[in-house]
Amino acid sequence: MNPIDRIEAEQLRKGVPVFKPGDTVRVHVRVVEGDKERIQVFEGTVLGRSGGGNRETFTVRKTSYGVGVERMFPLHSPRIDRIEVVARGAVRRAKLYYLRERSGRAARVTEEAASKA
Amino acid sequence: MPLAGLIGRKLGMTQVYTGAGVLVPVTVIQAGPCTVVATRRPERHGYAAAQLGFGVVKPQRLPKPVTGQFGKAGTGTFAVLREFRLANGDPPAVGSEVIVAELFRAGERIDVSGVSKGHGTTGVMKRHHFSGFPGSHGTHEYFRHGGSIGNRSYPGRVFKGKRMAGRHGAERVTVRNLEVVAVRGEEHLLLVRGAIPGARGGTVLVRKRPEARR
Repeated sequence: MNPIDRIEAEQLRKGVPVFKPGDTVRVHVRVVEGDKERIQVFEGTVLGRSGGGNRETFTVRKTSYGVGVERMFPLHSPRIDRIEVVARGAVRRAKLYYLRERSGRAARVTEEAASKA
Repeated sequence: MPLAGLIGRKLGMTQVYTGAGVLVPVTVIQAGPCTVVATRRPERHGYAAAQLGFGVVKPQRLPKPVTGQFGKAGTGTFAVLREFRLANGDPPAVGSEVIVAELFRAGERIDVSGVSKGHGTTGVMKRHHFSGFPGSHGTHEYFRHGGSIGNRSYPGRVFKGKRMAGRHGAERVTVRNLEVVAVRGEEHLLLVRGAIPGARGGTVLVRKRPEARR
């Protein structure tokens, strides 16, 4: 293995659950406030995953007090404590950017029939 | 005092997370191991230095006078030979190895020299960062030119050193004050924040900052 691949492979997070665009996930993020650290949870629909190796990121969208909020997380960042899959969505594309133009009932992703997490 | 630097090979760039979760761009350098092939002593040569060899190469690939130098030192044959000056103290013994872990530590600042990528003949915009000419407002066939290169009968000539088009790159460049992100002693790897000169596979010199060399 070439050294650069090895350095990148070492940084990969172990135990990342399998999740796809359309899934609903709960991301536990470590937040540093002053000298204290606490865990903040961000739950929403995965719009897509991008990049590969230790650079991979994913975008999560949720609606908070009527406002759409999107957050991109580096998948392998040590700041992410844990990722939980809440529900599996049945979608037909890799990037769900069309959800941004929709709101309310239209912005839902139907849950995958067979495998509920 | 240990040596002020060693020879390495640029392997390429990647990104690394720090403990705090910040993704840092790094260049990975294969730094050593280097072997001391010859030494320079003040009483004999007028200055103190060690000549390091890096990159094992077959003896038949080198000129015979050069292999003879290695034969005298009793070391293997190396592709690259460079001298590193010593401010004080005796040079290390001929045949001894110089490794990264002994020289550098994470968090330290270093200088890296190498030969930059060759660009061939380039225009003045790429080579000297001239701004060129407006894309509109009547500019006619004069977009990437350098403009005027002087005056008229006084001085009647173009000044030496006038920046013009020509060969660009493939020259020695030193990037100073780079941060060492990690030293991986067992693999002889050095992770340096940011970019360093040259293409992947290029030979680079990794040195301590001048203030640390004294």
